[in-house]
Amino acid sequence: MKIYILLFSLFCLITMGLFSCTSVKQYQKNRLNDSEMELSARKSQKFEQSFHLYREGASGANGGKSGGGCGCN
Amino acid sequence: MRKIYLGVLALYIGILAGHAQNNLPVSDTSTYLSRKLKIEEINFVSAYYHQDGNNSAVTGGLGTENLTDFANTFDLQLSNHSKKGRKNTLLLELGVDHYSSASSDMIDPHSISSASRQDTRIYPSINWTKTNEQTGNALGFTASYSHEFDYQSFGAGFNLTRLSKNKNTQFDFKALAFLDTWLVILPVELRPPGYGSGGHEDKRPLDHKPRNSYSTSFSVSQVINTRLQGSITIEPSYQHGLLATRYQRVYFNGNFNEGVGPNSDIFNERVENLPDKRYKLPVAVRLNYFLDDRFIIRTYYRYYMDNWGITAHTAEIEVPVKITSFVSVSPFYRYNNQIGTRYFAPYGQHSVNEIYYTSDYDLSTLQSSFFGTGLRLSPPKGVFGNQHITALELRFGHYIRNTGLSSNILTLHLKFK
Repeated sequence: MKIYILLFSLFCLITMGLFSCTSVKQYQKNRLNDSEMELSARKSQKFEQSFHLYREGASGANGGKSGGGCGCN
Repeated sequence: MRKIYLGVLALYIGILAGHAQNNLPVSDTSTYLSRKLKIEEINFVSAYYHQDGNNSAVTGGLGTENLTDFANTFDLQLSNHSKKGRKNTLLLELGVDHYSSASSDMIDPHSISSASRQDTRIYPSINWTKTNEQTGNALGFTASYSHEFDYQSFGAGFNLTRLSKNKNTQFDFKALAFLDTWLVILPVELRPPGYGSGGHEDKRPLDHKPRNSYSTSFSVSQVINTRLQGSITIEPSYQHGLLATRYQRVYFNGNFNEGVGPNSDIFNERVENLPDKRYKLPVAVRLNYFLDDRFIIRTYYRYYMDNWGITAHTAEIEVPVKITSFVSVSPFYRYNNQIGTRYFAPYGQHSVNEIYYTSDYDLSTLQSSFFGTGLRLSPPKGVFGNQHITALELRFGHYIRNTGLSSNILTLHLKFK
């Protein structure tokens, strides 16, 4: 049941997101191109993600590992 | 009148000179694409981590969790352009971690220093990506290797990026496979007769067990307006093989009919046992908002579930504050709320009738907070006046878990060009 709620929420989120988007031209992206606006974890977060992977049961979908490649969960 | 003639003559010569310039062969350096492999950037990341707590899984959920880890990675990004103008990027990475763990030393508490008291992990990897810079579409392959005393891993991966025509929507796909092998080290009192300790001078045999992990990641990034962009990532994964850590002890609330150990006289203790299959499903959302020239808001949320019964909500916020154009401070806070696996019970509370059991608090129900701050310097003349060091980032974080575990991590990132 939880997975259906999750998928439905995700579908709603994507739909709302796509409908609220405006077309942004390349020359209007100076703010979005700021290095702090990157849609990924920082390189300096690499080892923080590693210890979270060891110290918590949840993992993945954050740019780090989701298991395997080390003696971690 | 003479001035007018001279003016017209100057104009005429000017026009001639202009045409003469047009007839010269033009070398357009702006579209020149280097076919030689050149260094794009070098990154060095180093971190010191220390933790302490009193719920070590090695000693059945009671005992010190004191651990220090010194981790380093060095990556080198090289690129060139093919005849067709495609960009080839080669990323070479080498990681070296060294840790010492008081709890791992309890695998054999009678030895002066057991095999797993400290260890070094070495993990090189290589990624090659081919990018069409006009469309933004890219395709790449990764190979990786990792080696530590009791664990070896071979990894391979594939990544694909597709960008929409207006470059406001990006789709990323990744597939990864890790083929790993464990050296099965057992607690000293639970080793069958003739079973090795794993020590360098101990030539007795030990078991090797496989653990294979496969994951796929689907991610959509979207520009929402000139200040806001976000992404959604789904990363289903599957693991198969030895997923329990065999040197972690579990103590039961009763006695088994059959004893274990060299003399078959241990009745209330076993090594951790967990299912040999695990399916994981994390779903994450990122939203970054450019508030103004001084403040940026970075947010992250993840929902996680797996077939061992673990569910978790993780939320993170970071607010980079630009002190100047080249100096920023980034305070952050991360909260994690986890419902533990159905196979977990604390020291002495597992029933002997259970098939799967663990006393590893990392898999238990828990809440954790992680907070700290980062400092980023990227002056135009280089960090400390060195033009090759383009950015320096220093980050400190403190972690607390309601099970009693706490830790600190300090990270340094240097970027060279």
